[in-house]
Amino acid sequence: MDVKALIIILMSSVLVDNYVLNRFLGICPFLGVSKKVNQSVGMGAAVIFVMLVATAVTWPIQTFILNPLNMGYMQTIAFILIIATLVQFIEIFLKKVIPALHKSLGVYLPLITTNCAVLGVTINNITDGYNFLESMISSLGVGLGFLLAMVLFSGMRSRIEESEVPESFKGLPVTLVAASFISMAFFGFAGIVENILA
Amino acid sequence: MSKQNNMSILLKGLLRENPVFVLILGTCPTLATTSTVDGALGMGLATMAVLICSNIVISLLRKFIPDTVRIPCYIVVIAGFVTIVQMLIQAFIPDLYKTLGVYLALITVNCIILGRAEMFAGKNSVGKSALDGIGMGIGFTIALLSMSIIREVIGTGSFAGNEISFLVENGLTIGFLAKAPGGLLVYGLLIAVVNKITKGKLIKKKEFSCAGCPSAEACNGSCAEAVKEGE
Repeated sequence: MDVKALIIILMSSVLVDNYVLNRFLGICPFLGVSKKVNQSVGMGAAVIFVMLVATAVTWPIQTFILNPLNMGYMQTIAFILIIATLVQFIEIFLKKVIPALHKSLGVYLPLITTNCAVLGVTINNITDGYNFLESMISSLGVGLGFLLAMVLFSGMRSRIEESEVPESFKGLPVTLVAASFISMAFFGFAGIVENILA
Repeated sequence: MSKQNNMSILLKGLLRENPVFVLILGTCPTLATTSTVDGALGMGLATMAVLICSNIVISLLRKFIPDTVRIPCYIVVIAGFVTIVQMLIQAFIPDLYKTLGVYLALITVNCIILGRAEMFAGKNSVGKSALDGIGMGIGFTIALLSMSIIREVIGTGSFAGNEISFLVENGLTIGFLAKAPGGLLVYGLLIAVVNKITKGKLIKKKEFSCAGCPSAEACNGSCAEAVKEGE
């Protein structure tokens, strides 16, 4: 296994192809739950966790069940059901077995059920033709990228809360404009992987 | 049901309850597919097709689906229609299939569709649900089109792939509008404009909240809890 290839996948999914800021997946929780830093960290951690588990389950299902049976077209239906069930299961499991973790992540778990970033990353892993290890690394990278964007953005939002905003821009509009600036900052990372690592 | 009533169901999706600018649902495809007019139109129509079909089927099944498992049932119906639309587009409009890519599959988790199933189709008759689907679908398509026209014309100096020569020759294009940050910026500005025109009457909730989220009921208010905790 080529370690360098894995690092490239990780770095590009964290910085260059950031799901929230570049591909707009998972923008709802990004806008909804990013008011405070600790909240953003909780949500980010929950997303990383669910993405890893979801990939670990959906990749084998696609490779060993759907593909041999020529049922690739069932991908969307199968994946969304698996993710929804999985999230519910994880919640019940954590509540019973690791209550401490459930307390910190539990509230965020149901929000992830219909999060398009989770479905998106599992589908993209298949479309990009990654093997199992590469898929896991890419999911980890996407999750880390989500966490990074959330935390940076929550810092920005606490500044907005304190500033005078024109009436029409109050609430969501100014938040979106701020998100646009962060997205612009991430644009600076374009090409970083090709130029530094490869 | 009176005629007037049906008309208002159809029309409310256009402005009063526009899914994109007022209900703030389906933000992901709104931002991701509006860099070109073609992509936006394709996305709008594909979503509309799924929305109408799923609204009709869910409304037909509303008496058979047990209340406790309704969300998973809705999701299966929606995912089924998304797959059908996906296969049709792949077969007949391969170019569009390539442009939209993963976002086609992600229509499944578009809040607009689950939201309308939960808020409307699960409670109303077939005819009304179909009208609601058509209205919301048109509202969504118009919103995507207006965003994509701004982004493509100013961003790349073309309209639906046809170059507008005086914009390009005089260097009047602002390239970043067609890229990711431009999407967020244009969306924010458009919501502000809608706010200004309606003097904030339409968007009563100034903050992004869980009240508008269709999965709010499914998550048993834990979303509201999470948001509250952060405040």
